[in-house]
Amino acid sequence: MRRTALTWVVVGLVGWALLPWYLVSGGFWRFDWILHLAGDSRSALGWALGGRGWLWLPALGFAGAALTLALARTQLGAARALVASGAGGLALLIGEANLVGTRFGLFEGENPGLGAGALVTAAALLFITTTGISGLGKGRGDAFVTGLVGAIVALVATFVFYPLAFILVRAFELKGGAGFGIGEFFPRFFSSSVWGIGCLTGRGYCGPALNSLLLGLSTAAGTTFMGLMFALIFTRTAFPAKKFLRVLTVLPIITPPFVIGLALILLFGRSGTITEFFAWAFDWEKTRWLYGFKGVWLAQMLSFTPIAFLVLIGVVEGVSPSMEEASQTLDAGRWQTFRYVSFPLMRPGIANAFLLGFIESLADFGNPLVLGGNFNVLSTEIYFAIVGTIADPAKAAILSITLLTFTLSAFLAQRFWVGKKNYATVTGKADSGRHAALNAGLRWTAYLVALPWAAFTLVLYALIVFGSFVKLWGYDHTFTLEHYIRGFKIVVRNGIHFTGAAWDSYFTTLAISGLAAPLTAAVGLATAYLLVRQKFAGKQAFEFSTMLSFAIPGTVIGVAYIMAFNFPPIELTGTGLILIVVFIFRNMPVGVRGGIAAMSQLDASLDEASITLGANSATTLRRVILPLMGPAILAALTYSFVRAITSVSAVIFLVSARHNMATSFIVGRVENGEYGIAIAYATVLIVTMLVVILAMQLLIGRRTLRRADRVEAH
Amino acid sequence: MKKTLTLSVLALAASLGTSAAMAQTLNVVCSNEQAWCDLMAQNFEIETGIDVAVVRKSTGETLAQIRAEAGNPKVDVWWGGTGDPHLIAAAEDLTQPSGVDVSGQLGWSQNMTEMSGGKAVGVHVGLLGVIYNTEVLAEKGLEPPACWRDLAKPEYVGEIQVANPNSSGTAYTELATLVQLFGEDEGFKLLAEIGKNVNQYTKSGSAPGKATARGENTIAIGFMHDMVNLKKQGFPVEIVAPCEGTGYEVGAVSIIAGTPNLDAAKKWVEYVISAPAQSAGLEVGVFNTPSNPDAAKDPDAPDPASVKLIDYDFETYGASDTRARLLERWTAEVKDAGGVIEE
Repeated sequence: MRRTALTWVVVGLVGWALLPWYLVSGGFWRFDWILHLAGDSRSALGWALGGRGWLWLPALGFAGAALTLALARTQLGAARALVASGAGGLALLIGEANLVGTRFGLFEGENPGLGAGALVTAAALLFITTTGISGLGKGRGDAFVTGLVGAIVALVATFVFYPLAFILVRAFELKGGAGFGIGEFFPRFFSSSVWGIGCLTGRGYCGPALNSLLLGLSTAAGTTFMGLMFALIFTRTAFPAKKFLRVLTVLPIITPPFVIGLALILLFGRSGTITEFFAWAFDWEKTRWLYGFKGVWLAQMLSFTPIAFLVLIGVVEGVSPSMEEASQTLDAGRWQTFRYVSFPLMRPGIANAFLLGFIESLADFGNPLVLGGNFNVLSTEIYFAIVGTIADPAKAAILSITLLTFTLSAFLAQRFWVGKKNYATVTGKADSGRHAALNAGLRWTAYLVALPWAAFTLVLYALIVFGSFVKLWGYDHTFTLEHYIRGFKIVVRNGIHFTGAAWDSYFTTLAISGLAAPLTAAVGLATAYLLVRQKFAGKQAFEFSTMLSFAIPGTVIGVAYIMAFNFPPIELTGTGLILIVVFIFRNMPVGVRGGIAAMSQLDASLDEASITLGANSATTLRRVILPLMGPAILAALTYSFVRAITSVSAVIFLVSARHNMATSFIVGRVENGEYGIAIAYATVLIVTMLVVILAMQLLIGRRTLRRADRVEAH
Repeated sequence: MKKTLTLSVLALAASLGTSAAMAQTLNVVCSNEQAWCDLMAQNFEIETGIDVAVVRKSTGETLAQIRAEAGNPKVDVWWGGTGDPHLIAAAEDLTQPSGVDVSGQLGWSQNMTEMSGGKAVGVHVGLLGVIYNTEVLAEKGLEPPACWRDLAKPEYVGEIQVANPNSSGTAYTELATLVQLFGEDEGFKLLAEIGKNVNQYTKSGSAPGKATARGENTIAIGFMHDMVNLKKQGFPVEIVAPCEGTGYEVGAVSIIAGTPNLDAAKKWVEYVISAPAQSAGLEVGVFNTPSNPDAAKDPDAPDPASVKLIDYDFETYGASDTRARLLERWTAEVKDAGGVIEE
């Protein structure tokens, strides 16, 4: 404990005394600040000597910790003193950063946005505290575990709770700027314009709350079922073209949302190809059935089935063949084995897939916007409460709270259903690797459900690619490369010049997603590890808090981020960093859910064996758990990379001229009716993502659970 | 510990590698078409030597952003998009007077500037109109509409699409136009009659026109410059300027209050209302009418001189309380009255 604490004291002092305390113009990594160390890029020590006396405060924490390490004799005494000095220093730092010279300012003084020095100092103080806590015997006395909990709690507090507080508090705003109060909250929260059930009684229309709820449940059920069918085909049948099918199943998540909507319109719209065909062949009336619940549901099924599949495949694969063998030895049929052995063991996966599908559907904004027609859902209502003809942030906040209520309920229901049973099937014991095959009924159900769906996906994507090579999709099908040339022209003359309109945003998007993806996966999986493997107070609340940012529509997050991070102490707007941060905290729940599902299958005896053999928990995580988590890591990486590229609603408020993203470019073109270049850009993005995902798959490889995975012969 | 260390180092690397935009750059939010935004920025850079960074956002999004950033703006100028949000921003003191001389501009541009206390300068005007799909109309054996009143004809039942004025500025302009054209009670009566034929109140103002172009719908209301764009792309559509007269929007440019780049921002405003800058719109197909009388105009752009225009009262109908009252009335008397809305 003492050595770790000492390390952090040294690191912290370096941050406090040497690194620039405030944001430096031009960015930290250009190292221009070294030239201005006596000027604007001074460290806290420099500024403190130069008259900003409040910057001495954080250093008190280090002084306390150093004194403790030098003087304290008992282990317990040292631990207590470390906690006190670390937490004290951190509180002083947060206090001075918020209260001196900012919008909450109580004291006068110049105190711009915090930079590298402050970040290192804060981290060091945090870890001194957590090291002390581990010394008190918490987290099994493991400084790594308490440090990890501390780091994630701090990150979630800063980047989820802090910004969301700004917007949610507006739910309690009184009309006409009369301050805040609870008086108008309940009437507005329970208003019939939100909860109306007119569509059920046959008079009028339903409120967005009910619409969202019905849509969310249908989508979650549908995607989970479909994902499971695909997962079963991959692991429990001898289907010949698995590789190809696998590519097809992930295609839809790598598609900017409006593209699926547009393709569906061209197939099933009133003038769609298939509609025209049926009208011609069977004299059916051409209708606009696509616009509304059915269309949105179809588009969401396409968009979110891959997520369910990615969560489920790892889990289904992990169910131990030994259990199935035991069941069959005891004379159970294939159906009985599936129903009473394999399926119950898949529960964590199914529950997590359902939860993700539900939340995704609630927060989805692109599909309802394109196909919703008069079908109003919470996410679009929230968007237009913020950007509509009359801005009503209170309404947006109240609807967001409604949405969060649904999410919380789904989360609790999920907990209840999974229960406290043990799902560990990856135990390290040898097994034959021979998975039980499915009975004929189930196998054919899987084929009949999944294969037409895959074919449908294929048709849709063929159409999209086709659309990018023709003059005017749907009308003028003359072949042209014009859209690609406008977007991605390269001039080779005196070097290579990327002159196409799309290049700028393309490179920015790749850089930002590429940085965000590994960070997202790391934060997500680390959280999952804590939730499954460690015990600490407030674990349930901690788990739910990590889901918050995911459940709230991007629009709300976007505006909340501007409100929170446009002013010191943390000033991030206009930078690329704010995009990375928003991606990490919006997408980490997928890493968490996938990680939890996969990790609850790993028998804790594996960890124990490793620890008994003398490894600490960090080594155990790295050498034992991570290698067994291949699919979950892959899913988290894939998903966060892809989501960073395809998300729209949060990004739209946070992009700036220097850091523009592909989706905001595409949406702009669609808005202007330039579908050709938008679809060409989308196609390029799809191909890029596909290449990256396949490369990641090769890189991470398959985990080796057993000598060989195979399916018993039919 | 090592893992935590690696994690924090990684976080640090990512966090600082990409920070802070450079100073001495003019940050422009543009609510026009992307190509027009890019071209104007490029020309401005060539003319003035000032480095410009431009990003496109819709007017609603921009207004929400500059509200949230008020006091420490990251944007210097807001160019384009309908005038109403610019007027709201001016009324909320989110923008500041530019002091740019507008005496050479067309009358409506000067009006806009005067009305906003010099904060929003009118840059273009766009007319409200009706679009129909010739193929679908022929297939259904219907006559094309010529007037606003025609849209209430019973044979158009289920054939008309308009945006919802609660979310779309375009639809609000349409609502305000009919109210000004026929008087408030009569206007709402007509809106309710038209409402009986409406199949969908879309969220976005440009969606009905696009759906009509693709044959997903028969008749729609929207801005004519968007319609010309659709027609030029090759869709089978025709555009109608209603016989009773029509309303319009005035697009504007505003300088954000508290910008650190005031001088460069003023240069931007001066530049975008100059004739050479506006004439460049020909290259990328801008179909609304520019504010500078000397600017060249696309021959396909609807000409305000040939259309009967109402005397649109932005002062009254742009005010928040009128807006709130009309929208409430619309929800009660038009939307809730129903029709053939498909759910």
